[in-house]
Amino acid sequence: MSLTEEQFTVSLSVNGTTRPVTVPARRLLSDAIRHDLELTGTHVGCEHGVCGACTVLLDGAPVRSCLMFAVQAEGHEITTVEGLADADGRLHPVQEAFRDCHGLQCGFCTPGFLTTIAAALEEYEPGARISEEEAREIVGGNLCRCTGYQNIVKAVGRAQEIRTERAAHTTDDAATPADR
Amino acid sequence: MKPPPFGYAAPSSLEEALAVLAELGHDAKVLAGGQSLIPLLSMRLTAPHTLVDINRIPGLADISVTADGSVVVGALVRHAELLADESARSAHPLLRRATGQVAHPAIRNRGTTCGSVAHADPSGEMTAILAITGGSVQVASAGGGHRDVSAADFFLGPLESSLRPDELALSVRFGAPGERTGSAFLELSRRRGDYAMCGAAVLVTLDEDAAVSDVRAAYLSVGPVPEVHDLSAAVAGQPYASADWVAAGALAASLVEPEGDLHASADYRRRLVAVLTERALPRAAADAVARTQRAASCH
Repeated sequence: MSLTEEQFTVSLSVNGTTRPVTVPARRLLSDAIRHDLELTGTHVGCEHGVCGACTVLLDGAPVRSCLMFAVQAEGHEITTVEGLADADGRLHPVQEAFRDCHGLQCGFCTPGFLTTIAAALEEYEPGARISEEEAREIVGGNLCRCTGYQNIVKAVGRAQEIRTERAAHTTDDAATPADR
Repeated sequence: MKPPPFGYAAPSSLEEALAVLAELGHDAKVLAGGQSLIPLLSMRLTAPHTLVDINRIPGLADISVTADGSVVVGALVRHAELLADESARSAHPLLRRATGQVAHPAIRNRGTTCGSVAHADPSGEMTAILAITGGSVQVASAGGGHRDVSAADFFLGPLESSLRPDELALSVRFGAPGERTGSAFLELSRRRGDYAMCGAAVLVTLDEDAAVSDVRAAYLSVGPVPEVHDLSAAVAGQPYASADWVAAGALAASLVEPEGDLHASADYRRRLVAVLTERALPRAAADAVARTQRAASCH
């Protein structure tokens, strides 16, 4: 292996914006997101796939960004925690739920929980109930050393309530002109 | 915790990939889902000269159910895709049960079933299911070489398979469950989704009078390779509803030679073999009855 590593130029599409990065093949996706794209919302904990802090969405599905190389991400759409809120700044239901339920303390693990839960919510129709057992299964692959998980599990249910409320409002708004 | 430098090849065809593997031999390592390989790289437990990333090769992501009911899973099928596949789910309940226990959803979204087998980790769920179902691995090499390696010949030791350096595992075939056969899968880990301290995949076959005729079990995390044990001697001929499953568990515990590590001592693992066996077998027997009834009502 030569002292100068071969570099690869990759187009990374993150949160709807595509940017080129030039990286060696061994650059973890997590590091490319943090260091090359300077999106430091994605946190790096264990770097071997156990803690879940670095979870991002790859084409909508949660994956560990420390268990992928940046060169593998071309052609995929990545969503990080920075991409969860609406463009106008309105928080994603799971972000609002974490605030409501005090689902975080130090916040280190939070981005991984938020992305993981945001993807899991999409499996449920607004109005459907998520049981506590299902909520625990959803967050079972993420470690938190502060909260003891109780409020995180509550936040999953609360996030689904918020989604349901928002869906109802959207329906009301859409119905309003016709009602007049 | 960063991988060491490596060369990177991302072939866009199978022929190209096999040519690279033939050229590099021991210096190359295949990258599919990467959920086992990348941690090994990051912990510097392995340092291949070149990674051959097969993710851009078309035609390797198929799931099919053969006429005899076997399930064939291509090299790029993710665990989550196998779990969601209706035909595989209904054809092979044991495979479905075990796949749902592989790590966490985020790992299953990326990790491949075929890669789990090729990784040959005796604590992996897929290795045990391949072994107990008498499955096989379909292997290709440059120049049109193909061979079909049975599970019994595939696993040589922990993280060691009979896959040669110039070969690529194209697919794995999980053998069909037989008639009047039910299955169960149980594993125990300190945290759900972690590597099991012990796991048991069991198959129970009943005869036409609902007596036990054949009992087999494969265990995770108790030996250097996935072990399949015949437990029929403890319960054969007994009516399934009153069979002495505890005796079958005791027989299983006498057949395994687990080693201890920081997660569980050898004695504890042996105890888990007995307990998981006696819990899993009646479930598998009940499953056999239900499947037999369903099969009868379909004819």
